[in-house]
Parts: sequence; C-alpha cells; structure tokens
Amino acid sequence: MSVRGRLRPRDDTGPWRGAYAPYDLVKELCIAIGVIALLAVLLTVLFSSPDDKPSTIAQWSREMPVNFTAAAAKELAGTSDTAGYGPPYNHNGEGQHAAFLYPQKWLGVSHPINTANDFVIDPLKTVPDNPALASAIAQFQAAPEKTQKAWSEAYAKPLEEYETALEEKKTPAKTVSLNPTTGAVTVQASGAGPVGTMMSGLLALAKSGGLDGSLLTSRQFFQTDYTKPLLFMADGGLLSERAEAQHLLGEQWGMMNETGSYPGQVWLWLYTLWYQVEPFKSSENADILVMLVMGVLSLAFICIPFIPGVRSLPRRVPVYKLIWKEHYRSQQSL
Amino acid sequence: MSATETPTSSWTGRVREAAVEALPPEKLLPDKQPTYVASWIYVFGVASIASLVVIIASGCILALKGPAWWHYTGVGHFFNSIHLWAVELFFFVMVVHLWGKYWMAAWRGGRTRVWITGAIIFLVAVPTALTGYVSQQNFDAQWISTQAKDGLNSVGVGAFFNVTNFGQMYSYHVLLLPAAVVALVVAHVLLVRRHGVVPPFELEDRRASGASTTPANAMPSSAVQGSGPGSDGAMS
Repeated sequence: MSVRGRLRPRDDTGPWRGAYAPYDLVKELCIAIGVIALLAVLLTVLFSSPDDKPSTIAQWSREMPVNFTAAAAKELAGTSDTAGYGPPYNHNGEGQHAAFLYPQKWLGVSHPINTANDFVIDPLKTVPDNPALASAIAQFQAAPEKTQKAWSEAYAKPLEEYETALEEKKTPAKTVSLNPTTGAVTVQASGAGPVGTMMSGLLALAKSGGLDGSLLTSRQFFQTDYTKPLLFMADGGLLSERAEAQHLLGEQWGMMNETGSYPGQVWLWLYTLWYQVEPFKSSENADILVMLVMGVLSLAFICIPFIPGVRSLPRRVPVYKLIWKEHYRSQQSL
Repeated sequence: MSATETPTSSWTGRVREAAVEALPPEKLLPDKQPTYVASWIYVFGVASIASLVVIIASGCILALKGPAWWHYTGVGHFFNSIHLWAVELFFFVMVVHLWGKYWMAAWRGGRTRVWITGAIIFLVAVPTALTGYVSQQNFDAQWISTQAKDGLNSVGVGAFFNVTNFGQMYSYHVLLLPAAVVALVVAHVLLVRRHGVVPPFELEDRRASGASTTPANAMPSSAVQGSGPGSDGAMS
C-alpha cells in the first residue's frame, strides 16, 4: 500500500439509507442552554469562586523585610532569577533549549529588563529630598561596573546566608538583624560601599507603596503591563510562600490548581503531569521539553484520523456497542 | 425565465449559490435525524455549545462593568462565579463529547475536517481559559502568570504573548481568543450539518451474513426516508 493510502482514513461508511425520526435541534439547544445555566447557577450558589487578594510589593516589604532586601540586593548585583533569565527579558542567558532548538534565544529580547536599573536605581531616583540617598546613588553609578558588582554581592551575601539558614531552620548569623518595631533591616557587610544606604532607601520606598507605583510607571500615565512588579515579586519569597500554602507549587501540580479547593484548570493535567516525572522533573530545560511533548501530542490529537492503529482502535474496542445500543438492538429485532 | 432564476455573475450571488448548494435550508436545520441518533452521548456536543453560550453571556456582563467590578460587588462576584463554573462545565462536556466521538470514529465517511475542527476548538479553548485566569487581578492571576511565563518563554511564544501583561491578556481573553473559538465552533457545526452524524459501525456478524446495518427497507412505517449522502446529522 502506498504511503498516501496508508495515511488516508479507511472509509467504509456509506450514506445512511435507513429510517429517520423527528428531531428538534433548536429545542434541544434551548433546553441545553437552560440546563447548563441552571447548573452554573447551582454551582455558584454552592461554591462561589475564589478571589484571594493580590500581593503587593508594599505588603512583601512590610511582612518579609529581610527577604525583600535580599531579593533587591540580588537584583542590584545581577544574580536574581530575572537578572540571569535571558530572553525575552535580557541577554544575560541563552534561555532553555532542546537539542539544536533555541527558540527563546531566536525570538530575542522583547521586554527588556535591567534589574539593577529598573528595579532598584530608577525607583530610588524618584525619592525626593534625601541627599544621603542621592549621594549613594551617585557614588554607585560613578563606580566601575566591577566595583558595583563587588559592592552589591558583598551586601547580598550575608542576606542570602540569613535566608538559607531560615529555610534550613538553623539559627542565622548575626550579620543581619531585623528591628521588629520599625521593620528596619541592618546588614553588617564590609566592602558594600553605598549599597546599604540604597537598600535602606528602597525598603522605605517599598513600605510606603511607592515602589509598586514606580515599577508600574513606564512610558505613559495609563498602565496595564505588570511584568516588572510581577517578576520582581517572583524573585522573592512572598508569592511562593502563599503558593505553597495554597498547593500551587510546581511539585504540587502547580499551574492547573487554583486557590482553595476549586477544580482550577484540570484540562492542563497532562501538561502538568510531565513536570512530576523524570527526565523532565530534574531537567534545566524542563519547560521547553514539556512544551515540545505537548506540541507533538496536540498535533497527534488533531491528526488521529490519519494515524494507523489509533484511528482503528474504536472499531476493535466495543465502546460503540454501548453508544449505539438502541440501534443495534433494533437491528437484531429485524 | 424570471430574473430570480437567472444564474448570477455577481460575487454576492455566487457566494449565495455556493452556500445554498453546500447547505440547503433543510440540511442546515433539519427536523429529522437518522434513528441511530439515539444516545446520551449526543447530548454532550450540544451541551458544549450551550456552555459556550453561558460563558459568553456571563463574560459580556463582566465586560460591561469592567475587570475590577467583580472584586468589590456581590453581584459582580456572582456573575464571575457563573463564568467560572460555565467554563468548568464547558471543558467537562467537551472532553466527554471528544471521547464519545473518538469511540464512534466520527471522522469516517469524509468527516475528517469535523474531527480536526473539534480538536482545534479544544486546543484553542485552553489558552482562552488561561488568559482568563491571568486576567483575574488576584493572587491566582499573579501566581499563574509568573509560572506560565516560563513554559511560553521557553518556546519563544513569550516574545509576543506576555502573560504578565494584564492589558494584553485581557484583550486576548475578551476578544481575540473567544472570537477564534466561536468561529471554529461555527465552522465545526456547519461541517457537521454538511456531512451529518457519523453512522454506526457495521457489526461483524451482520457484515458476514450480508445484512446491512443501514437497511433502506427496514424503516418503521412512521419514519421518513433519507435523501442521500450527507442528508443525516445532528448538531452534536
């Protein structure tokens, strides 16, 4: 058999020459709309829908000031997840790849983000009437890039150690201290230059709510793009802490769930499944591998009529006898 | 010959003639179906369309009042809940419909395009729902968008489809993707109307004995004779 013949769906289905019976399609549709609407109302009355308030950077900085300062220091040092993400945000990484496929790199940087400038320095420049802060920013910007990085990393290191100790439930070193009354964070870091002053200024700005607005404001008055504040918050610990409590982390079948006990996007079960199994689970390129697998499966789903074996399975498995039970019964009685 | 019977050369006339030839009114909206269209599985196709109607209706109410309305009013939250549950019902009945059509091998008899459009509807409905989840302006939207971005960025889609851009996602959710779903559903239904509901498999024992599962001479006296290829079909 030719390839074309093998791919062509076997068609032994002739036109129906049997009996017809009255069937009111419009009535069926109207009844179906009524039933579905009633079901939706019933489910609404019984279960409502989730609406957990969004987090803000102000909330993050007030509730987790050390975590906020640690994340901000990494943004300044260029060592955060966003800073090293690569396309579409920056050129600091190649992004994910599968074999010779580098689509993330090929599509380039479409939403440019310089974490040091966009998340730290530019917002700090909006703070008025603070000569010490203005001087610190000027000193930082006047320094060579190598020095900037050294200062930032010197400041970030004790904060990272503090966060790691907390995660591992160990007693953190005393190089970082938190004033529980004022929420001020003090970091004993030698060789950090003006970074301490800058971080204190950023924490104060964040607590006031100013950083939320500052990250959102870009080219115009009306704003709809939350990429910067979302990426900054995702680099910290508040979102993931809330997500873990709501069973939304990746290892908890993450994205297909939603807050509370609602079904969420259950139709993404297969997509989410791959992240739970090897080799995807531990792969640095898990996202592109899962997307490629799902792409192939989606194509196969569309092409079922052309796939030998898959297309003939319904003929071999007698589910159709259940579906057309009445029809076959009437045939037997003839 | 009257003017109305003269073959037209205008574009409009040609389109009308082609449309009527492909789907004459009695085929587009028939009031009878083959007798084998008698199973609960057929309900799930029309239930999918009904769910879509409820989704669009509740979505229109939410759109009329703007994206923030449902967060601070009880009425808004009520309609948002209806919207959410209609989506859950839509996917549920659509998946049952798809499984049913698979086990019926509903692509037989020249119905390949019917299956393909149905499968694509499901695949387009997934990002339609995703854009809704990331447009909610609550914690779910924050978390889902920051997680979903990695998968989309990894294949380059994030370069032009930014799930952390609320304005872009809202546009996709209330206009572009629903329009695509509706267009695909219309195409799917018209294809079903054109080709009709796939007939049952012929049973092996009847095939071996030479009997047909579609006997033209086996009609009950109350039934109506079909009129040839493609004259059968249901919306589901």
